[in-house]
Formats: sequence, structure tokens, C-alpha cells
Amino acid sequence: MDILLQQIINGLVLGSMYALIALGYTMVYGIINLINFAHGEVMMVGALTSWTIIGWMQSAMPGTPGPVILFIALIIACVVAASLNFVIEKVAYRPLRNSPKLAPLITAIGMSILLQTLAMIIWKPNYKSYPTLLPSTPFEIGGAVITPTQVMILGVTAASLALLMWVVNYTKLGRAMRATAENPRVAGLMGVKPDMVISATFIIGAILAAIAGVMYASNYGTAQHAMGFLPGLKAFTAAVFGGIGNLAGAVVGAILLGLIESIGAGYIGDLTGGVLGSNYSDIFAFIVLIVVLTLRPSGLLGERVADRA
Amino acid sequence: MSQQKKIIAVVAAGIALLVLPLLLQTVGNAWVRIADVALLYVLLSLGLNIVVGYAGLLDLGYVAFFAIGAYMYGLLSSPQLTESFPAIAAMFPDGLHAPLWVIIPAGAGMAGLFGVLLGAPTLRLRGDYLAIVTLGFGEIIRVFLNNLDAPINITNGPKGISSIDSLHFFGLDLGHKNTFLGLEFQSVSLYYYLFLALVLISIVICHRLELSRVGRAWMAIREDEIAAKAMGINTRNMKLLAFGMGATFGGVSGVMFGAFQGFISPESFTLMESVMLVAMVVLGGVGHLPGVILGAVLLSALPEVLRFVAGPLQSLTGGRLDASILRQLLIALAMITIMLMRPRGLWPSPEHGKSLQSAKS
Repeated sequence: MDILLQQIINGLVLGSMYALIALGYTMVYGIINLINFAHGEVMMVGALTSWTIIGWMQSAMPGTPGPVILFIALIIACVVAASLNFVIEKVAYRPLRNSPKLAPLITAIGMSILLQTLAMIIWKPNYKSYPTLLPSTPFEIGGAVITPTQVMILGVTAASLALLMWVVNYTKLGRAMRATAENPRVAGLMGVKPDMVISATFIIGAILAAIAGVMYASNYGTAQHAMGFLPGLKAFTAAVFGGIGNLAGAVVGAILLGLIESIGAGYIGDLTGGVLGSNYSDIFAFIVLIVVLTLRPSGLLGERVADRA
Repeated sequence: MSQQKKIIAVVAAGIALLVLPLLLQTVGNAWVRIADVALLYVLLSLGLNIVVGYAGLLDLGYVAFFAIGAYMYGLLSSPQLTESFPAIAAMFPDGLHAPLWVIIPAGAGMAGLFGVLLGAPTLRLRGDYLAIVTLGFGEIIRVFLNNLDAPINITNGPKGISSIDSLHFFGLDLGHKNTFLGLEFQSVSLYYYLFLALVLISIVICHRLELSRVGRAWMAIREDEIAAKAMGINTRNMKLLAFGMGATFGGVSGVMFGAFQGFISPESFTLMESVMLVAMVVLGGVGHLPGVILGAVLLSALPEVLRFVAGPLQSLTGGRLDASILRQLLIALAMITIMLMRPRGLWPSPEHGKSLQSAKS
């Protein structure tokens, strides 16, 4: 029983990190119908930036309490990632907005490779150990343990999601975003500036990704230039799983995916008598995705759209 | 007149292609290898072009079919199976060396079957959903190849399959040096001619497909699926056919790859490989054969050539920019700038057929 509880906690933590990344994918897709392949790399840049800041602050200002350092690093990482994503959109996606649909996809893939390579040059390709800045004594709940870092991840994710929901549903910017997602041309006629809305979307997505990056690195205690790839892929899967373009869907999809992965990894060995081990955990996500999409072609919460891509 | 010029150009290009390996092998076999790999990529891109270019189905897991073909050859002509299964060893006392005539159809058929199996449940999906499902399929295949060394050792896991036979047919073994008409052909050059022949056959097949009823049906689906359906096209079967045909090409290329390398491991079949294939097709000009070939040659050969040139540059920058990093950097920059400057690809098809471009308006 406590193993199940433990896997549920791990799954929730994993899922909430996926959710932060998945929201960036789904918002961008909702507005400009682009799979932003470079999104995982924005997360990686956020994590590595925070790593640099933490290292610098620890040596320059010894004695600063850990949570403060983490907070400052998080803010700076968000700023860097947001400016980066803003520039990426301006340089690589905006000129292609009316081009064949595959063209921005290729620049996005190019951007992803470019960012990874630049990160490899700037930060060196080795794995960096990411310092633990929060106390490391875990809490115990009913036989399962949860570290303060994991508590922070759940808290920060919940807060970010609440803030995002408020922005999207109750502010002028949010209304403009929803309008642009619905129909950019009509939104433009109503006085919304689509370019500005799209830039804002990329900035918000990057901030969420940077938060996810910092959380991911603190949770696993390591950071590297290729760290963005797998979470990015899983988060994208989660976004599609929930119905791409749908914010609530992305969150639901991500949490479910996290739970499926961690519970599946915990039990598959017992279920199959040791034939399939936890080394298959990476493909549960995809198998579940294929099954779900076969039954519901537009994702769990996706609305049925006419058959035109 | 212009007809005559065209013929002269074709003949000149043909002779150049035939002589190329003989010239390159005098410089070094590594250069012929680059040409071989480029031809393999051309073969793969032609196959992917059927799915992405003609039928307009974005496939991000194409490398899975390549892997299936390669493992088919690897398993059927290496000591791998006879070592792990005594029963098979007893059946084939002098080792498993399946002839080419068995393996190519087997590889092609298996890959085609998987293509249809993948296609069948996913054809209701719209563009980007299909992309992620195919991507997932590619990863599933790779993870299985990586982990099928336990409890029964089938694929030898991450260590891969080694000591695979070289190709041999009509008493000709492509793994050794051969001499014809006083000319000495290195093994890599022989593979070059084999791949070149396959590429030519594929071009003919693709070209005929493009002009056929089937090809027109694919393009109709690409432009507007509902309209195509209304015109009486069986969209489900046509899409399945596209998937199957594309996968078959992938399978044959995989067989060739396995024979050419003599060693295969799941490392060679990552998602990045699928992504690069899509990039080749789109960069060159999606749905247009010369464009696709250009894209494949450019993205596969250019970085390899750069790797040779990069040595001096590396010493200039004090080793900070090593060859592989530089190569990646250049690929990325090339992908971005080419797309920004020519969004329809380097050598796009003439205006009449609009491809995925007008999909969203």
C-alpha cells in the first residue's frame, strides 16, 4: 500500500513538471498551430542559467539562505528564458507565419539543435550536479516519503497554474489570447494585435518552462545540455493526450501521464513476472497515448474539430 | 535542340555518377563511404516523401521501419540467433546466412506490415496528432530493440548485433575488393553502385507513382481529405497504402544499411534520425523528387565533408569547437536559414500542386 502511495506522490511530482512544460506547448499550438520543438530546450536553458546563478551566488555571497538563492536564481532563469523565447519567435517563426505548414516545424527543429549545441559550447557537455538548496530531511505521510523539494514543486506548480488561469480567464491579455486562438483574423479586426499576443504567449510559455527546468534540476540534482529533450517529448505527449490547444487538457494529460509512468514503472515487473522491467517505463506514455488517440482522436478533453489539419 | 541538350546533360550526369567512386577511392575510402551514406539517405528520403510529400501525412517515426529492415538483415545473417537459440543452430549447422533474395523481400514485407499496422489505428487522426503517434511508435520500436536481450536474447540489447555478413549475390561478395576489366573496385565502391542502382529504381517507382492514379489520389487527400472522399477516393485504403509503401522503402534501406555497416545497434535509430529525415524532405522541397534528393544529399554529405575540413578550424579555436559540435551548429543554422529564405524548400515543385502549405488559413 505504501509503495502505491509513494508512486502516486512521485507521479504527481513528475506530472506537475510535465504540466508546466506542456502548457507552453499547448498555448503556442492553440494560437499559431505550431509544434514548438525548441520548447524543451528553453526549459534546459532555464535550468542551466539557474545553475550558473546559484554557483555564482554561493561563492560571492556565502551565508545566503538556500531558499533565497533558489528564488533569485528562479527569477533570473525566467527572465533569460522569456527573452530567449521572445527572440526565437521573432527570428524563426514570425517570418514564416504564412508559409507552408512544415516550414516553421523545420526551423523549430533547427532551433532545438542550435540551442542544444550552443548550450554545449557555453556550459560544456558534462553533467553538472545541481545543489540541494532546501533542507533534505523528507516528510513522512502514511509510510511514503516526500522531500521538501517535491513539496516545493507541487506548491510552485499549483501557484503557477492558478496564476496562469487567472491571466487567461480574467485579464485583458487573456481575453486577447483566447480571441486570437479562436480566430486570428477576426481578433485583429476587433482591435487585438496578434503579433503582440503571440509574443506574450511565447513569453508566458518560456516562464513556465524555466520554472519547470529549475524544478526538474532540483528534483534530480543534475543538469545538462540534453536534459530538455525527454521531458519536452513527454510534455508534448501530455499536451496531445489531453487535447492539444486546451489548457486544462494539458494539465490533466500531464498529471495522468506522470501517474501512469511512475505507477507503471513500479508495478510492471510484478505484473509480467519480471519479463518486462521498469526499463520499459519510457514507452508506457506512448502506448497509452496511441490507445487513447485511437479511441478519442482529438485527445481526452479536445473538442472535435472538422477533419482539416 | 533543348531535347538534345537534355539528353547530353543526363548522359554527362550519369557518367559523372559512375566515375565518382573510382575518383574518390583514390583519395580515400572514407570519401566513398560518405557518398554511400548519402545514397542511403536519398533512398530513405524517397520513401518518406511518399508519406509526407505525396499523402501529406507527417511521419516522425520513419526510422522505425529503417530499424526493422536493418534488424531483419542483422538477425538473419549473423551468429546472433544461432548463438542464443540452440534449436536454430541445429537447423543451420554452418550458421544462418540467408540469401539476399530472401532478406530483401522479408525486410521490405516486415516493414510494410508494420507500416500498415501503425497506420490502421491512427488514420483518423489529424496532422499533428498523427505526428506524435508516429513519433511514439518510433520510440517504442527503439526501446524494444534496446531491451529485448532479456529474458530471451533476441536483439542483443544496447550492445547491438555485430559480425553481420556482407552482401553477396551471383557469387559476388561486396565485402571484398574486386577487379573487373582491369579496374580495381574497393568494397565501398561496390556498395556505391548497388545503392545507386537502388536509388535509380526507386526514383523510377516514385516518379511513376506520382503520375499514376494512386499518386493523384494521395495528392488529392493531401490537399483536402473531405473533397477527396467526396470524389470517391477510398481515403482509408489510400493512406494505408502510402504508409505501407513508405515503410517498404524504409525496410529495404534498412537491409542495405545493415549489410553495409556490418554492425547495428539501437543507437542508430533514434528520434533525431527521423527528425533529420523529415528535415531532408522538407528542406529540399516536399513532394518534389529532385528537391528531396538534393535535400538528402545536402544534409547527409555536407556535414560529413565538413568534418574533414573542420580539423584546422578546431586547432584555430583551441579545441573548443570540436568537429562534431561544429557539424551540429552548421546543420542547425542551415536548417533555419534555408527555411527562412526558401520556405517551400530549396527546389520546390512547380506551383500547380499546393502541398501542406495552405492547410491552415
